[in-house]
Amino acid sequence: MRRPALASLALAAVLFAGVVGAQDHGHAHAEAPDMGDMPGMEHAGMDHAGMAMPAASGSIPAPALPHAPHHHAASHHSSAQPHDMSAMPPMQGGSPPPDARDPDYSDGIRSSPMHGMDMGMEDRPRLATLRLDQLEFFDDRAGRGLQWDIQGGYGGDIDKLWLRTEGERRGGRLVHGDAEVLWSHAVAAFWNTELGVREDLGEGPNRHWAAFGIQGLAPYWFELQLTGYMGPHGRTAARLRAEYELLFTQRLVLQPELEVNAYGKADPARGLGSGVSDATLGLRLRYEIGRQFAPFLGVEWTRRFAGTAESARSRGESPSERRWVAGVRLWL
Amino acid sequence: MKPLSLVSPVDATRVDLPRRRFVQGLAVGGAVAGFGLLRPGQAHAQARAGHPAVLSGTDFQLDIGRTLVDCTGRVRPATTVNGSLPGPLLRWKEGTTVTLRVTNHLREATSIHWHGIVLPFDMDGVPGLSFDGIAPGETFTYRFDVRQAGTYWYHAHSHFQEQTGLFGALVIDPTGHERHPADRDYVVMLNDWTDEDPAHIYALLKKQSDYYNYHQPTVPGFLRDVRERGLGDALAMRRKWNQMRMNPTDLADVGGAAYTYLMNGTAPAGNWTGLFGPGEKVRLRFINGSASTIFDVRIPGLEMIVVAADGQDVVPVAVDEFRISAAETYDVIVQPRDTRAYTVFAQSIDRSGYARGTLAPREGMQAPVPAMDERVWLGMQDMMGAMGAMGSHSPLSPRERVSEGRERVRPEHAAHGSPEPSPPAPLPTGEGSQAVHHARTEYGPSVDMRVDMPRTNLDDPGIGLRDNGRRVLTYADLRSIDGPLDPREPEREIELHLTGNMERFVWSFDGLPFSEAKPIHFRYGERLRIVLVNDTMMNHPIHLHGMFSELEDAEGNFLVRKHTINVQPAQRISYRVTADNPGRWAYHCHLLYHMEAGMFREVVVS
Repeated sequence: MRRPALASLALAAVLFAGVVGAQDHGHAHAEAPDMGDMPGMEHAGMDHAGMAMPAASGSIPAPALPHAPHHHAASHHSSAQPHDMSAMPPMQGGSPPPDARDPDYSDGIRSSPMHGMDMGMEDRPRLATLRLDQLEFFDDRAGRGLQWDIQGGYGGDIDKLWLRTEGERRGGRLVHGDAEVLWSHAVAAFWNTELGVREDLGEGPNRHWAAFGIQGLAPYWFELQLTGYMGPHGRTAARLRAEYELLFTQRLVLQPELEVNAYGKADPARGLGSGVSDATLGLRLRYEIGRQFAPFLGVEWTRRFAGTAESARSRGESPSERRWVAGVRLWL
Repeated sequence: MKPLSLVSPVDATRVDLPRRRFVQGLAVGGAVAGFGLLRPGQAHAQARAGHPAVLSGTDFQLDIGRTLVDCTGRVRPATTVNGSLPGPLLRWKEGTTVTLRVTNHLREATSIHWHGIVLPFDMDGVPGLSFDGIAPGETFTYRFDVRQAGTYWYHAHSHFQEQTGLFGALVIDPTGHERHPADRDYVVMLNDWTDEDPAHIYALLKKQSDYYNYHQPTVPGFLRDVRERGLGDALAMRRKWNQMRMNPTDLADVGGAAYTYLMNGTAPAGNWTGLFGPGEKVRLRFINGSASTIFDVRIPGLEMIVVAADGQDVVPVAVDEFRISAAETYDVIVQPRDTRAYTVFAQSIDRSGYARGTLAPREGMQAPVPAMDERVWLGMQDMMGAMGAMGSHSPLSPRERVSEGRERVRPEHAAHGSPEPSPPAPLPTGEGSQAVHHARTEYGPSVDMRVDMPRTNLDDPGIGLRDNGRRVLTYADLRSIDGPLDPREPEREIELHLTGNMERFVWSFDGLPFSEAKPIHFRYGERLRIVLVNDTMMNHPIHLHGMFSELEDAEGNFLVRKHTINVQPAQRISYRVTADNPGRWAYHCHLLYHMEAGMFREVVVS
């Protein structure tokens, strides 16, 4: 998925809030664009003369037409009640109105017993995917290391088994890392729910979590992932990830990325305070030699907050750091 | 363009010489070797490059096999009929009974579907509906009466075999005399060849649907628009697209990044040539046998008189250019008067490549090849239908603005005369018979948008052809010469929406992919109206097997009889069908990857 738009990452936070806020009502509503601000939707634009204009003639004003009889009801309706386009049903998302059309034209007739299988048609193929979004060397004040962000899975359009892992190795040992195994389920055009488990590895005791969240594409092409976690002993956590893509050419792509982690209560054994623990902003500039293979260079800023920052200081680490990264992105 | 060489089909199983050397040698020599060349006297012999064997009569033996071809400088396996790509041109005669024995030399099942031919359903060649398919090593015998004339084609209906070469032209001579006799008669078959495995292409599209789109909006493009139009306009023309997560450059699923476009099996560098004598009438039978490409065709310097669409004679109409969607055919007559070469130019809808050939008084000549047209973004009417078309207020996409007050030039009708084009009709306002009814299954994850006010006008040549200064054919210009097959008014209406989710690369009717849908029942003998509403931003050539689709204008007046009807983005189209051919039929989008992804229904006539 690629973002053809230009916009600021700040918007991601706003959208994030919107998505979260809409959860109670079903997030499908969150993605329905507001049609109320559509251009040219004022009452005048709705009269039939305007509507009669052939698309091909673009902006050529159409001559006013005499009222056709079958037409009268509609124009009467529109003059009696100025059109508010926000009353128009949205073009995306939403739920079917009670009078929605029944798509069944079978009159009870069953499909051919082979149902086209002999054609080799596979409209819901199950595919395996492996995405090494980031496999990179980093260099910061404390030295060098390797970090990764890898995901992959197997499944069809609607349901997938999905695996994610990210982490960091330095000096031959795992500093931190986690792995998630999730059931991803498509619930709307651009959104999947995720349900599964996460395991935290690396320094300190391992932690186990149940994971649940949503993942998808928000308006304006923001790739979002928001996951909540629950562990034993009343532990809770949350993670937000947002990504965007800016195409400088068809192959040279700048990818800003934001990750924020939060914990419900402190976990001193893993150096975590309660509240927002850390935020990382990354910028990676990649060159797509092919769609599936792209080397990149980038920079990453991480900031730890509150108790997590204290904990870092106590270990003699800085709560903020900047890293240079170089790696590859590839997928199969 | 990639370096290209001639297509050199070689039957792998029958070649004794070291394979590669053999093929490359031929490619360098520019000759073509069907296996007929190795076995002189066989009916499969090919005359010369780009002119496949012509088989005529009533009895045919067709052998489906694997053949090595070289379209791009790489030798790749193709699925072929009688070892050639395209397969042999079959020439039938209206009123005869044809017998075709098709032998499968592949390791997998195969099939041939006779596209546009009205025949008994068990002869239609769709595995799983008409028959079981042709198993490896087996021969299936098709036998049916030929009850129509014109230009058609045949292709596999098994998996991706159509993409890998299993297609050919079908020309049926009328019982009487030809309505438009011509001095020369050429089939011009257009195809999209790929060196890649189509199953792999499909998997890649599923994982990243814009994989082959190398024309996406960029930051420098945005900055240029800011400079030229100001920030407000530059943002406005992107806003709707970005808000809806739709890509205004999404014109083709697979483009020149994977395709080499062929004219009669010949890559552009090979330059297929059709000969003429100055002043002669030349009939060109254009067939779009592509798996996934829509072409815009013109012959700079020559006016084309369109005389048939999908094999059916139409009132002649003179044009400079026409769009031919996948599986459509158009017969045109040209009359070059000068002793010079003319380029037959067929650019893909996304302007990522072209097929090209030459009409010339003698071999070896060529005319300048025009540059491809500028690439344009989809317009607001392609997203929102009539609502988008209203908008002189709406932010139009780059280069889609129409100069104020300029009328589109209407194609002039040729000497034979045609009914005056009807005056622009009042458009439906969402009430009455033309209201849009979305199915309740259009609200799930498989559908990314719905159009509430589709455009119904047929005089739009479509994205990339609007106001290009040339006379471009539109469906509004087509009139079947002999009226509808059935004078009855439709007694029933079936509304279907063309739906999809580009991000997930899911395609369907009414949000239900084939595997999740029930058949559509046509009651035997009834006259039906099919209403198609395109709830996507792509063109979909919709093909109903076994019965003709009789296209109407927005007021329900009969226009033209076709077998494949291209529905433009955010457009509503209606056509009549007489359910007089009992059986199980395929009904689908003829873009192969859309069909594979689910834009397919079974129609049962009983």
